[in-house]
Amino acid sequence: MAVVEIRINPRQGMQPNEIAEKIKQEFPEQVIDEGIVEFRDQVSVIIKRDMLFNICKYLHDEATLSFDHLKDLCGVDYLNKKEVRFEVVYTLYSIRHHHMIRLRAEVPESDPKIQSVTQIWAGADWHERECFDMFGITFSGHPDMRRILMPNDWEGYPLRKDYPLKGPEFENDWKGFTQMVERSKELREFEWEG
Amino acid sequence: MEEVEKILETRELNVSMGPQHPATHGVLRLILDLDGERIVKVTPHVGYLHRGIEKLGESLNYFQALPLTDRLDYVSAMSNNIGYCVAVEKLLGIEAPKRAKFIRTIVGEMSRIANHLLWLATHALDIGAMTVFLYCFRDREWILELYEEVCGARLTVTYPRIGGVRNDISQQFIDSLSKFLDEFPSRILEYETLIDQNRIWLQRTIGIGVLTAEEAVSWGLTGPTLRGSGVPYDVRKNAPYDAYDQVEFEVPIGSEGDVYDRYRCRMHEFHQSIKIIRQCIEKLPPGPVMADEAKFTFPPKDAMFPVTHPTKQHAFYIQEKPCKGCGMCRRACPVGAITGEKKKPHKINQDICLVCGNCYATCKFKALFLVPGGHGLSEEEMQKILESPIPDDVANASKLFLDHFTYVKKGPVAPKGELYVATEVPKGELGFYFVSDGTGKPFRMRLRSPSFIHAGALPRLCVGHLVADVIANIGTIDIVLGECDR
Repeated sequence: MAVVEIRINPRQGMQPNEIAEKIKQEFPEQVIDEGIVEFRDQVSVIIKRDMLFNICKYLHDEATLSFDHLKDLCGVDYLNKKEVRFEVVYTLYSIRHHHMIRLRAEVPESDPKIQSVTQIWAGADWHERECFDMFGITFSGHPDMRRILMPNDWEGYPLRKDYPLKGPEFENDWKGFTQMVERSKELREFEWEG
Repeated sequence: MEEVEKILETRELNVSMGPQHPATHGVLRLILDLDGERIVKVTPHVGYLHRGIEKLGESLNYFQALPLTDRLDYVSAMSNNIGYCVAVEKLLGIEAPKRAKFIRTIVGEMSRIANHLLWLATHALDIGAMTVFLYCFRDREWILELYEEVCGARLTVTYPRIGGVRNDISQQFIDSLSKFLDEFPSRILEYETLIDQNRIWLQRTIGIGVLTAEEAVSWGLTGPTLRGSGVPYDVRKNAPYDAYDQVEFEVPIGSEGDVYDRYRCRMHEFHQSIKIIRQCIEKLPPGPVMADEAKFTFPPKDAMFPVTHPTKQHAFYIQEKPCKGCGMCRRACPVGAITGEKKKPHKINQDICLVCGNCYATCKFKALFLVPGGHGLSEEEMQKILESPIPDDVANASKLFLDHFTYVKKGPVAPKGELYVATEVPKGELGFYFVSDGTGKPFRMRLRSPSFIHAGALPRLCVGHLVADVIANIGTIDIVLGECDR
């Protein structure tokens, strides 16, 4: 029941460049060519999706890295901008050592599947469901892969670049909505004309 | 005896705590699988308030997407805006002036107090303490009136802007705020007297929803929900932004990881927020409140006054020599006041001209001129005015007018790259992940909202407890569905 008030003075852990180099050393074929990108003091490592689970497990378990906090897991659609269409981006942070790294795993459009990391970080559960809902990327090994934000029987993946901003045309719209509109037209028969 | 056992058949009960429920803090649907009164499984259904903010953000430029962030966590509006502005400023590579940073810290901490007041009100109300609800709302009303003094809006404020804040704060506001800060600690004492040592409160909150430190970190929790389990992580200390590295404050950390510890953490945060605001008011430096970067912020309205104010009676005039006859101004004119053939110098019909400036902004050959005080004059007189030197403020104003036009048309053009920036909103850590492709619109705007992740941890918190503890757990993770569903 005790509430302790402490002043946090974190020492900075490893530099992001060093972490990226360490990943490249440990998994040399998984990092693509020119896969270490730096922008405004943050480093991303672009990797192939084959050994994603192993890389994440290594980052979580290795004592000097110890990435215990998954900050964010999201998908990005690079339609026509890159060869490989989708990317799943993992933003990892270590509370013990206070350092951060970002992994970008490439997922091709022809086979949008990738391994799930819910065994390593339990909080990845809902993130992966949202990624599936919005982009159509399935995560193998996920306990409950179904839509989360859109209705369960929605067709299409909204955050893809070729999905229209205003949604589907009225004729192809979600069944729940069109049914409700038709029902309201039927009920107009009982409207009070006075 | 066997017949009795055959008749008594038990099975699991499936209850839907439906989307409309006074205790779920928004439209959250929970399907509870119950064995008697004990919970076997909880399945939350979210998405009732999904508005597609991430998709909308991709079609608007950075400045237009700012009001969208107001509507995320509508309980603490200033902090979402601050989070967005800090992220975009880092992406664009600009920095807000010192005074703006201190002002943003002040309003951010005010929104922390406002958020915790509403959290306490609804948490206590759900558990049964109704008086606390009314007392907290009385104080929250005070803060909303202070917001109205600063920026005119109570709920969806849009006061922090990219590059600073919208307008400066007055001495009157600082005085009202100081009065609030003097009065508030006695109010906190009032709430604590009501519930802190109350037997019912203690029984309903101690030992409920316990998470160990490793579990809490693994579930991705942040903010007071995480700190209640003993993990010392606060974005304001680990990666300071705004003026947090120039004020001294402590971060309360719990030890048991149950509902009571998180409650105590948030109550201590009240006191720390008051301390921060007091220090900021003392250290508030004078100066501008908006960064002086022409390409990334709006120019100040006062300096644009000579050009945009209608009573100055300006006119636009096309000089014949530089005009190439390209027709850009003719197409840009909304009323069709410009006439001319291709490759021949164009002319403006002064009777129809609205003096809106669209033509002035599109001419690339420097043939269009703003003639100060030229309304109603003939061409020769206008030419004469142009030959004499133009007053400084008008020349400056025309330049700023052009800047304003390009800024509104294209938006702040960000360099190519990607960035993740997090800020500590009252509920946890709000993270923005921007992918920029070199234009004024974000290619991908991802909002990592704390409520989404905390709602995902709800099944883990509730299993094994009673139905009434579900309410206590929803209150302790402090979710608001606007942020959860975006």
